[in-house]
Amino acid sequence: MKRVPLVDYLVLDDDPHLVANECTNCQARYFDRRNACAGCGLQTFKQVEVARTGTVKSFSIVHVAAKGVKVPFVAGVVDCDGTSVRGNIVNVPPDPEHVTLGMKVRLTTVPIGADAEGVEAVGYGFEPVS
Amino acid sequence: MSENVWILGIHMTKFGKHKDKDTLDLGSEAALNALADAGVGIKDMDVLAAGNLMSPGGGGFGQRLQKQIGQTGIPVYNVANACATGATALRVAIMAIKAGEADMGLAVGVEKLSGAGLLTGNSREQEGRKWEPKGRFGEVTSLDGHVGTETMPGVFAQIGMEYSHKYGGADFELFARISEKNHAHSTLNPKAAYQKRFTLEEIMNDVMIAYPNTRPMCSANCDGAAAAVVVGESKLRTLSLEQRRRAVKISASVLTSDPWQEACQILPDINTLTRQASTTAYEQAGVGPEDLDLVELHDCFATAELVHYDNLQLCEPGGAVDFFNSGAPWRDGRTPVNVSGGLQSKGHPVSATGIANIWEIATHLRGEAGPRQIPDAKVGLAHVIGLGSACGVHILEKSAL
Repeated sequence: MKRVPLVDYLVLDDDPHLVANECTNCQARYFDRRNACAGCGLQTFKQVEVARTGTVKSFSIVHVAAKGVKVPFVAGVVDCDGTSVRGNIVNVPPDPEHVTLGMKVRLTTVPIGADAEGVEAVGYGFEPVS
Repeated sequence: MSENVWILGIHMTKFGKHKDKDTLDLGSEAALNALADAGVGIKDMDVLAAGNLMSPGGGGFGQRLQKQIGQTGIPVYNVANACATGATALRVAIMAIKAGEADMGLAVGVEKLSGAGLLTGNSREQEGRKWEPKGRFGEVTSLDGHVGTETMPGVFAQIGMEYSHKYGGADFELFARISEKNHAHSTLNPKAAYQKRFTLEEIMNDVMIAYPNTRPMCSANCDGAAAAVVVGESKLRTLSLEQRRRAVKISASVLTSDPWQEACQILPDINTLTRQASTTAYEQAGVGPEDLDLVELHDCFATAELVHYDNLQLCEPGGAVDFFNSGAPWRDGRTPVNVSGGLQSKGHPVSATGIANIWEIATHLRGEAGPRQIPDAKVGLAHVIGLGSACGVHILEKSAL
């Protein structure tokens, strides 16, 4: 089955990982396309791999969301070796007993669904390191 | 040095549901009452700054308002700065006076938000037609819910939890106790949208919106408007004794945006710009946090109030939990915070908020706050945040001219 990544900073190969656009001057990292670096203003970036493991530095368990968004889910911020990443905390019950600040997590892929042509979109999340 | 600017008149409408009034009715009510409070008329105004984000009819809100309160040909600045829109309008009028282009100015902020529901991301587009990358992330569908949350309760929940991770001590119960304080304060404010006192248990057992924020810990969508007349000091000197007696000095007026920080693209950083704004404001005013008799800060969610104790330097860095636990921000504490009831109970009609919290401070400094008066209040600080971000900080002083 053909697969496409949910976002273009998710690389779906044998070992799925995230990439960032890193400013060649100040090393600020961005997941979206930037015209110039918001930190220093320079305009050259190189693509770098982001660490696949990290620690949860913040989260919220979202119970009320836009129509069509499945709740509850855990929105989180993960510190991946110095690079902050936004992502859901997955494969864990969405409650404060199981999701805690400082917990160790690793990147995993999450199926989003197939479109009319049978192409599967694949997203990502972070799951606890057991 | 440009001249000092004073508040000559100010008004806040009752916040709540105003089914029979449209945006222009509410804006007119605030503007006309602010002019009456100032003892002047629309023909005395040299500039109008107006903010409204949500009403139909497109831009040009200020000009539409003029059709109701007086078309005098003065320059109109329509401003938009998210939840800092009202403070931005006020700041524009202040800058016009400081620039020497105006003696007096009018700033107005209005919003009708009753029944607006969850702000941002109220529906997701239908999925499954054909995955096509678009936008700056090359996303094939909306990321809300797939990659974190776009909802405000969820974003601000994470901001509070990030503080807890950094410094410890803040848990669900602590955030709920902050909300308990503000709802208790609101019982003394007849202009608040909600004046109901909640027990801690009621707050914690209410509907969970985005952990750790339950429904009463979220700002209340409602309708409302606020307006202020500002005047330059040299002009104020020519006015009546009564006008001078009630005038309130604007000792600091600061607006900042968020400087780049690692992680600010992941979770908005509402801390750095607030700290910078408060530092500049204390320098401008020549006062320190210990001099403040009351503070109105942007408690759009209970989780946000905690971080702003620190950002506004009401406590030592990292000391917000201890500050709250000491009882300091209760109305009988060392630094009363949100004696109006805050956005959680007074309500948060977005564009009005940045002037409404100035009204609250000014009313205490004038000694006109009735049963909720903070005795002998002489200095107060008003703070707002518009996500994206903009931060407005104003320091007001009781000072006879």
